[in-house]
Amino acid sequence: MAMDTNLALVLLLTPFLGFLINVFFGKSLGKSVSGIVGTLSVVISFIVTVSFFLQINQTKQAITIQLFDWIQISNFNVSFGFLLDQLSVLWLLFVTGIGSLIHLYSISYMHDDEKIHSFFAYLNLFIFFMITLVVGSNLLVMFIGWEGVGLCSYLLIGFWYKNQDYNDAAKKAFIMNRIGDLGLLIGIFILGGLFSTLDFASLQTAIAGAHNVDTLWLSIAALALFIGACGKSAQIPLYTWLPDAMAGPTPVSALIHAATMVTAGIFMVSRMHFLFDLTPEIQTIIAVIGGVTSFVAATIGLVQNDIKKVLAYSTVSQLGLMFLALGFGAYEVAIFHVITHAFFKACLFLGSGSVIHGLHGEQDMRKMGGLKKAMPITFWTMLISSLAISGVPLFSGFFSKDEILMTAFHHNIPLWVVGSIASIMTAFYMFRLMFLTFFNDFRGTEEQKHHLHESPALITFPLIVLAILATIGGAISLPGNSWLNEYLAPLFTKAASEEHGLGTTEYILMAIAVVGGLVGIGIAYAKYIKQNTVPNEDAEITGFSKVLYNKYYVDEIYDSLFVAPVNSLSKFFRDYVETGISSLVFGLGKVTNELSFQGKKLQNGSVGLYLFAFVLGMCAIVSFLFLAQ
Amino acid sequence: MNNILTQIGIENYIFLCVTLFCIGIFGVLYRRNAIIVFMSIEIMLNAVNLLFVAFSTYHQDAQGQVFVFFSMAVAAAEVAVGLAILVSIFRNIGSISIDNLKNLKG
Repeated sequence: MAMDTNLALVLLLTPFLGFLINVFFGKSLGKSVSGIVGTLSVVISFIVTVSFFLQINQTKQAITIQLFDWIQISNFNVSFGFLLDQLSVLWLLFVTGIGSLIHLYSISYMHDDEKIHSFFAYLNLFIFFMITLVVGSNLLVMFIGWEGVGLCSYLLIGFWYKNQDYNDAAKKAFIMNRIGDLGLLIGIFILGGLFSTLDFASLQTAIAGAHNVDTLWLSIAALALFIGACGKSAQIPLYTWLPDAMAGPTPVSALIHAATMVTAGIFMVSRMHFLFDLTPEIQTIIAVIGGVTSFVAATIGLVQNDIKKVLAYSTVSQLGLMFLALGFGAYEVAIFHVITHAFFKACLFLGSGSVIHGLHGEQDMRKMGGLKKAMPITFWTMLISSLAISGVPLFSGFFSKDEILMTAFHHNIPLWVVGSIASIMTAFYMFRLMFLTFFNDFRGTEEQKHHLHESPALITFPLIVLAILATIGGAISLPGNSWLNEYLAPLFTKAASEEHGLGTTEYILMAIAVVGGLVGIGIAYAKYIKQNTVPNEDAEITGFSKVLYNKYYVDEIYDSLFVAPVNSLSKFFRDYVETGISSLVFGLGKVTNELSFQGKKLQNGSVGLYLFAFVLGMCAIVSFLFLAQ
Repeated sequence: MNNILTQIGIENYIFLCVTLFCIGIFGVLYRRNAIIVFMSIEIMLNAVNLLFVAFSTYHQDAQGQVFVFFSMAVAAAEVAVGLAILVSIFRNIGSISIDNLKNLKG
């Protein structure tokens, strides 16, 4: 037991140590050493995670570690502890695993940046908080991690802080997340108030045995928690921060805004599954919001021209699919997609980073093209990941997406239709991205063409590893023979997703999904290879695609609905309320000033007058004393 | 008994003290020479001391006389300081008329 505690502390604290080293000594260590320290600290965490994983996979016993009592107020106790069970260790595996790869990638990608040490410091801090989030044994410890990753996300989006747009994007991400965090906090308060505990295990027993608790409160708590998940995992209506978050360096987009942090919402919902299982109406809301988000984000993704924006909307769309599965109580299906998505989306982002690196910062796909020859490794790895995300059979995404759609079909046909259309659109825009970037002729400047080159090994190695994982990752949960479902079985005892046997319906569904994906790819092929179309310049975009290109004007709507009123309110306070208060304060000062200006005339320096006043005063006092008697 | 008050009545002391005190006050108010002002203040002080002693005898209570000792000691210290100030004023501006001391004008 002590061994486990020490190992868990190593797991948690090595990234923090890396953070401290990079923060305090990073500059003097030099660029390479700083990167190596950052990477090593995460690799150590990964190794510890693997050992935990092997242990849990064998014993099937969750490990609980109590460090100390944290808050004690009458009968309300919160301890600071870790819960290492199947769910958290699974999350740790890809957080630290993909985290290590992305740290490795960053050594090369960020090498020309002056502040590379603080970049690695922030990345390490992020990993530290992400681990806290995942292993916390109660909602409050999880909340520390939850806030911490939000902070790191803010720091890293605004990493190139000299660009005001990037700062605005960072602030937007932070504020949007705060709205969600408020929901999460309210949920935590309600649960704490109802059950006097925040510990996951005790909550589960308490909620299961709670017959005298008003289900309305449970629903409110579940809804509040889901709002928190919406903020962190970029669901409607709080999704607009994620595409803007692409202002950060590309490794950050890959790690935080695609593979790990944005899946925290799914993690939390899976962690609190016992609560959501009891509130079917909230589950329906989750499913609908997930489905609608995946559809809306996919439509916006169709017309974006910034390579990272396409991937960002694709991430929002895929997260929507995961919530769709969560809404049907199919937690293991959602988790499966989280894992495969982490592989292929991290690979896609890192690949886009490699492209951007090769083109010296160009992100507009209209100025790319024909990169296949110059960047073969990037091309092949991204192609594999695109096939995976499009759901082409035998690649990992096929299995996970197919399971989500199947679950949807069994529960709610309209949402299945929405999800399927979103998947077809996914296939289309991913291959639009591939074709525009890698095929036909290069459309950039001559100078860029001259400098085209494949990225160095430190960049391509993580790409290759992730591409392999994106290919074979589906093997962890093959239909009919799912290792993942078996592994997670102790957690989701309710067997939320009934095993669909592989009947005719399933094969038909599978065929529909595959054909849909291929149709999407085919349309992209016809449009961008056969006809060699290049998307219009911004000014020439018209009609509905203009609406899509401008993201349904959601940002503008939010601006006029929320930002503008708040701004005018603050302006009102500044112009009227503050002026009033300050005129009061200044008025008092002015009166005092005026009085003393008059009063100083009394002090005319004539000692005789002073003495006279003194005697007069004394006479007055004496006569007063006599008269008072 | 051997009380001096049986020969000279207490009211005479009071008249004397009030007279002395008023002389002091008028000295302070009318004279411009700082030393004379200072002397006037001392007269006022001693008028009060005298009154203290007179009442002390009248009440057959030694406390008033004790108080006078304190008051005299303090007055002595005050005179030393006050005269020192006057000397240094004279050295600086060559005069001890209080009309010339206007540097503290507000």
